[in-house]
Amino acid sequence: MALLDVTNLSISFGGLRAVDAFEIHIEKGQLYGLIGPNGAGKTTVFNLLTGVYRPDEGIIRLDGTDITGKTPIEINRSGIARTFQNIRLFKELSVLDNVKAGLHNHYRYSTLEGIFRLPKFRRMEREMDERAVEILKVFDLDKEAAVTASNLPYGKQRKLEIARAIATQPKLLLLDEPAAGMNPNETGELMETIRFVRSHFDMTILLIEHDMKLVSGICEKLTVLNFGQVLAQGDTSDVLNNPEVITAYLGDE
Amino acid sequence: MLSKWKALKKTTRSNAITYAIVIVAYLIIQLLSGLGLLSSLFTGLLVPLCTYVILAVSLNLVVGFLGELSLGHAGFMCVGAFASAFFSRCMEQAIPASGVRFLIALIIGAVCAGIFGILIGIPVLRLKGDYLAIVTLAFGEIIKNVINVLFIGRDENGFHFSTKDALSLNMSADGDVIINGPQGITGTPKDSTFTVGIILILITLFLVTNLIHSRSGRAIMAIRDNRIAAESIGINITKYKLMAFAISAALAGVAGVLYAHNLSTLTATPKNFGYNMSIMILVFVVLGGIGSIRGSIIAAVVLTLLPEMLRGLSDYRMLIYAIVLILMMLFNWAPKAIEWREKYLSRLPFLARKKGESTGKEEV
Repeated sequence: MALLDVTNLSISFGGLRAVDAFEIHIEKGQLYGLIGPNGAGKTTVFNLLTGVYRPDEGIIRLDGTDITGKTPIEINRSGIARTFQNIRLFKELSVLDNVKAGLHNHYRYSTLEGIFRLPKFRRMEREMDERAVEILKVFDLDKEAAVTASNLPYGKQRKLEIARAIATQPKLLLLDEPAAGMNPNETGELMETIRFVRSHFDMTILLIEHDMKLVSGICEKLTVLNFGQVLAQGDTSDVLNNPEVITAYLGDE
Repeated sequence: MLSKWKALKKTTRSNAITYAIVIVAYLIIQLLSGLGLLSSLFTGLLVPLCTYVILAVSLNLVVGFLGELSLGHAGFMCVGAFASAFFSRCMEQAIPASGVRFLIALIIGAVCAGIFGILIGIPVLRLKGDYLAIVTLAFGEIIKNVINVLFIGRDENGFHFSTKDALSLNMSADGDVIINGPQGITGTPKDSTFTVGIILILITLFLVTNLIHSRSGRAIMAIRDNRIAAESIGINITKYKLMAFAISAALAGVAGVLYAHNLSTLTATPKNFGYNMSIMILVFVVLGGIGSIRGSIIAAVVLTLLPEMLRGLSDYRMLIYAIVLILMMLFNWAPKAIEWREKYLSRLPFLARKKGESTGKEEV
């Protein structure tokens, strides 16, 4: 059974069918790419998967459970975390606190225990600190733990967003254009990090990306979207050599 | 000693300074009043001062840390004031010990205001920004106006209730009108003192600063910084918004209790519980620096004392007050002023801060 099973997913905005009969099946541990020209509906698919939009039709199953129509909060709790195309960090919080916010549902103590600084508060906060630093180390951000998130350089902000998503311990991680705005060096580094994250945290990853070097470098399978519909699906090399895909990207000769 | 001080976490250090400022101010004022150096005008201002400080700190929780603009804070203060004054007035004979009575009144005031906070918060917190500000403003006015038409009396048959006038309470001859509509509550025991006020300030500080530096506080600030991202990592937005709003309302209720037990006659007028008051509290918060608790305290004190100290200047008084508002705003927010502060004030050991370290809104 696939980890993520999506069948016949559709949504319309007014008269526009933004996503039409979308299907995807991702096996556990896969690194899966979702590509397509601008406006093809990739981010809309992410928003459907994470509950930001409610689909008009279709079923989303995560690990066998139906999560269609649930709220973003419920969906995160059932095991999907994401990053955003335009970075959404907690700007005024420190790097460490951004990750600790991600740990919110896994290290619990009550508000009163927090206000009165009871032993459980101290224990949980210490464990959270340790865990958060551990995650930050993977992204080489542990030295900047005390820095305010908005003061980080762009590339590190992207990494921090991934770190925060991982802190929620998802089964499936959705990355929306992780390499956007990065130079080739940074992209290369990011590819290593994504690979490492998958093996180290035992995670399944679905990513949207325009950078073909990254896509062909790390994705095992691809789905190509065009005008809201699946144009091609399969192993990366097959899909990238598919004449229809080439046409969609480069136009007719 | 100094190295030990530096080893403490920055936030702990900052909180300790805030507590110390309050305590030192208290000791100085007690000393001066013991020596008979304080005018009666100034002594009369001490309890209201404590009230404003608590209000400013509690509103900062909503404005600075939750990031929502609320203009109905005086309404919650009003609920706390009337609920507690009603209790104290009824129980004056039954509980002669003023300490115990005041403590119960305090809890009643805080809980009632907190419940109102939740009731109003449930519909209102769906709104954002300007809309939220206007609706909270309206709720604040509604609370004040409802209390102005409220008549409650007591005789040997129990409580009587009316929204018309005192006569329609239909009480027996020796009946006692407790809440008399626009005339409010008369004869509340005067249990508030400066010392009580300072203790309540310290309790407020303890609650707010510890809340902010805990899991719930982090969730509240995460919602402020990015609601969509907070949702995406599974933070329950409604719960934490409502929590911050209710705690803030309950603390405003505490301020109301302090206020009510300092007056022999408690009435709900536009001056004390109207939107003027709500806006004044907001001015304390904004000028003190949104999200800075110490700033709220200082702004509340300065801006309450200033008009009183300048009374001798009669007409120029409000002019100078306005100029001070503008100067404080510049000092807090102008980029050049911030630069200057970082350059010179950071030399002082207790203000020292490593460059690039987390500063600003979560600073306390």
